[in-house]
Amino acid sequence: MNFTLKIWRQKDAKSHGAFETYQVKDISPDTSFLEMMDILNNDLIHAGKEPVAFDHDCREGICGMCSLHINGHAHGPEQAVTTCQIYMRKFRDGQTIVIEPWRSAAFPVIRDLVVDRGAYDKILQAGGFISVRTNSVPDGNAIPIPKKDADESMDAAACVGCGACAATCKNGSAMLFVAARVSSLAKLPQGRVEGARRAKAMVAKMDELGFGNCTNTGACQAECPKSISIAHIARLNREFLSAKFED
Amino acid sequence: MSLKLDSKIPAGELAQKWSNHKAAIKVVSPANKRKLDIIVIGTGLGGASAAASLGELGYNVKIFCIQDSPRRAHSIAAQGGINAAKNYQNDNDSVYRLFYDTIKGGDYRAREANVYRLAEVSNLIIDQCVAQGVPFAREYGGLLANRSFGGAQVSRTFYARGQTGQQLLLGAYAALNKEIAAGSVKSYPRHEMLDVVIEDGEARGIIARNLVTGEIERHGAHAVVLATGGYGNVFFLSTNAMASNGSAAFQCYRKGAGFANPCFTQIHPTCIPVHGTQQSKLTLMSESLRNDGRIWVPKKKEDVEKIRKGTIKPSDIKEEDRDYYLERRYPAFGNLVPRDVASRAAKERCDAGFGVNETGLAVFLDFKTAIERLGKDVIKQRYGNLFDMYEEITDTNPYEQPMQIFPAVHYTMGGIWVDYNLMTTIPGLYAIGEANFSDHGANRLGASALMQGLADGYFVLPYTIGDYLSHKIQAPKVKTDTPAFDKAEKEIKDKIAKLFSIGGKQSVDDIHKRLGHIMWENVGMARTKESLERAIKEIQALRKEFWADVKVVGTADSFNVELEKALRLADFLELGELMARDALNREESCGGHFRSEHQTEEGEAKRDDENFVYAAVWEYKGMDAEPELTKEALNFEFVHPAQRNYKD
Amino acid sequence: MSCFLTNSSLGKKLVMSLTGCFLVLFILFHMSMNITVLFSPEAYNAVCEFLGANWYALAGTVVLVAGVAIHFIYALILTVDNYRARGKQRYAMTVKEKGVEWASKNMLVLGYIIVAGLALHLIHFWSKMQLVEVLESNFFSPEIDGATVAVHPANGAMLVAYTFSKWYNVVIYLVWFAALWFHLTHGVWSMCQSVGWANDTWYPRLKCLAKIVATIVFLGFAVVAVMTWINSADIMAQVAHWAPAA
Repeated sequence: MNFTLKIWRQKDAKSHGAFETYQVKDISPDTSFLEMMDILNNDLIHAGKEPVAFDHDCREGICGMCSLHINGHAHGPEQAVTTCQIYMRKFRDGQTIVIEPWRSAAFPVIRDLVVDRGAYDKILQAGGFISVRTNSVPDGNAIPIPKKDADESMDAAACVGCGACAATCKNGSAMLFVAARVSSLAKLPQGRVEGARRAKAMVAKMDELGFGNCTNTGACQAECPKSISIAHIARLNREFLSAKFED
Repeated sequence: MSLKLDSKIPAGELAQKWSNHKAAIKVVSPANKRKLDIIVIGTGLGGASAAASLGELGYNVKIFCIQDSPRRAHSIAAQGGINAAKNYQNDNDSVYRLFYDTIKGGDYRAREANVYRLAEVSNLIIDQCVAQGVPFAREYGGLLANRSFGGAQVSRTFYARGQTGQQLLLGAYAALNKEIAAGSVKSYPRHEMLDVVIEDGEARGIIARNLVTGEIERHGAHAVVLATGGYGNVFFLSTNAMASNGSAAFQCYRKGAGFANPCFTQIHPTCIPVHGTQQSKLTLMSESLRNDGRIWVPKKKEDVEKIRKGTIKPSDIKEEDRDYYLERRYPAFGNLVPRDVASRAAKERCDAGFGVNETGLAVFLDFKTAIERLGKDVIKQRYGNLFDMYEEITDTNPYEQPMQIFPAVHYTMGGIWVDYNLMTTIPGLYAIGEANFSDHGANRLGASALMQGLADGYFVLPYTIGDYLSHKIQAPKVKTDTPAFDKAEKEIKDKIAKLFSIGGKQSVDDIHKRLGHIMWENVGMARTKESLERAIKEIQALRKEFWADVKVVGTADSFNVELEKALRLADFLELGELMARDALNREESCGGHFRSEHQTEEGEAKRDDENFVYAAVWEYKGMDAEPELTKEALNFEFVHPAQRNYKD
Repeated sequence: MSCFLTNSSLGKKLVMSLTGCFLVLFILFHMSMNITVLFSPEAYNAVCEFLGANWYALAGTVVLVAGVAIHFIYALILTVDNYRARGKQRYAMTVKEKGVEWASKNMLVLGYIIVAGLALHLIHFWSKMQLVEVLESNFFSPEIDGATVAVHPANGAMLVAYTFSKWYNVVIYLVWFAALWFHLTHGVWSMCQSVGWANDTWYPRLKCLAKIVATIVFLGFAVVAVMTWINSADIMAQVAHWAPAA
């Protein structure tokens, strides 16, 4: 298969970027999207040019490192997968593929397709944890947790922190990311203890870091590689508001 | 001068060793902890849990990772689960049984005391993770659920869907975040350790490169903890993440830390087979699939031919024409034999010409029986995400046709040598998790890597490091403007400049692929004297080629992935040779190390307990010099090494 | 409580939700009131009279204005915030995400249409009714069939019939109602989401409910506009000289 790639190139955070067009040829349909990028990069290196920088690591769809806005979709046109799990057989031979970095004020471009998602770490540092010390904990079976709650907590905990939600949201809102963590912990008795504090602190940090406001479009859940539901946003809203009304 | 290896294993009864040791080692007072700095390299289960626990204790911790966030470390990709001797299933599990299974699974090449301690703290890990909000799978009664894993006859594996590693890592990462928020830990993402700095024979800090700006930084500390995982990517194709590398460990080795059992590599039996020459990595299908999946190849060669040609489908082959070779050879454990055994059995069938894809390098993992017994819904609930992933990659529906699998490099049991305190041969330098060699012997059991990472990080290192640091309470802040730091930084800068100056013809990946090929063909699942000698020669030649013909584009003072890869490959090119040397030295078959010369008549690994009950610890003598071997004898006081038997 | 309603993203959303909810309730009331004109113009005028320059009606007007103003100003603030959060660099290529409704991404545009319609609506009615009473200014005196008719401020039925006797007004109002329909299809379930009264079980129900409410509102208003356009001559004849009982 052959493809025309329009890829965003940008030297560093301060430079202006622009699209460049590349051709890749004789790609096997079983090649993954990122392997196709590897092939392009190897060609560029052999031509003495700098390869396209893009984030990736596990290539199993779990580390959350890969990003890329492909033909208008975060993580490409496939639903519920990360970029590293897309295969070229899903594209048409001869197709033009537009590849852009995440676009969000809170995710500045570092180089080419690589952005800085440190803001997500900062939000979690604001309260995305349960304050227990190592070794001062009860037996694992001391607190029974209804299977349904554990499952729902797990649904939210599946978040890989890739940034697709904020990158997709027309408002640049990180609500789905924040909600996933708040909701996951809120569904467990261990997490309830500091639930109010957590919701307030994480929302305040999210606002401070310049993420936008949620307008309930649901674009985030449509593009989330883990299909995390906006029902978790509803739970975050509930947690936050009830915490505020207790103040 | 050869290495002095003092394993510091405490005396006494097996079950009392850890308690006795904890009572005997020194502690540091809270006021003094505040004065002490610790550097942790790596943010996987080991690094994150260690940094969080050390920060909680009051030490000043700096933690480094090469990814953009600590949460991305490759521990996250572990799928199946984590073992613990809770005996929640009432199947007569115990600390001793977990210890015994692990020692036996490791083919009697691990230290008894370390493994027992691992089993002992395993239960605490589950408690800790539950308290952190890890959403482990639960039964309808609200209590924790378990599943079975290879090498065990009890159900002791705790899991969170197929994402156990992710959930445990997010737990440790949350603990880390708590300490970052509290100010006790400072995080340095997108930083790569390029050297460890030694002064007066002790670890004093590191040289790191800021991967965004390219700046070379110096960081001083009273102790350095290496938690950088394994070096499986020396094979180029492995289940490791793309950036997983052996460089940090290799720098420690270069600076004098002993490297133990480098040849012990785990080949995981259930990976998706290689599909072409452009593949970048191999995808693992969780071992948990072997709970319900049955592994087979056709009995008849003509069926194999037909499947390869595509004239019949695997599902067309009748039950009596299928060879469920694991069930046939190992009736007691069946499809749940340890990984090394399952991998070799697959290789044996493929070598005999029964491989079921066009390359002849694949066997079937079939869920037909399980679907008939439990229904599609149950299977979907258990493995749905894995099945989806499989279909995404291969375009085959595993509910209808069996999966094709083949062994692939997965984990390295070998690593930096550490004593019972997890300290390397360099005082003040520690290695934990997959980066060290201590707990898995020659083969790791499924669901034990997560256990070891967290055991070391939460429950072992925070105590044992105090024993060393208690001698450092008078030591001032480590200065980084010393000759040792100057020298280390200069060496790194020179090395980087050298790489750019070569301006050759081959990309880093071109050479890495060739190295991977040499490793897989000669230092892979079956090794011979000839193949290993060939590998050493070829790697040496390839290394020369690398330093003469590699092409590294870009600049040193910018975000430059090619430079990162080149630096890592330079180390792999030495590490690969070390692995081959170790494999050559070990004239026996054990666990993941299979020397074709040493096998039983049935083709099982044949250990040599007369001559090889030791950890082979290597000392660096220079890039082109032969490393020196020192042996740490393994004393089996409590279990008697026996031929591993998974048949009855 | 400090000031999270003004400085927190979720607080601002709560304000949008609550004011939105209030406006929906008002619209439903307004719609019910309108429908009376189809059955009895006199009864309709009685309601208009009740809602004239009385203190409670004036107080209600103030609250209503506040509701609209807050809803609109917050929408502007949120939009500016969001525009900034999106960053200067925009995607070269965007597509509609699966399952995302058009209205949800165009609430502000719909809001502009609704406000523009509202301005026209106030000129058509409120300025000739409550405002006339408050200012004690001259009655609205249009020329109908060549004769000048002074319309009493409480003679709502006359004004309705007069306004919708012109076909272009009917068209403009229908467009306005359509914009409102779109706005409500998102707004009604969204306000539940913003206060946290939603989950995966209830999304289909809430979205269905939103469509029902939006459709009732649209039909309720549209039927009055269309029917009075058809019957405008009759209604005007019936109430041309209507005045409240002394």
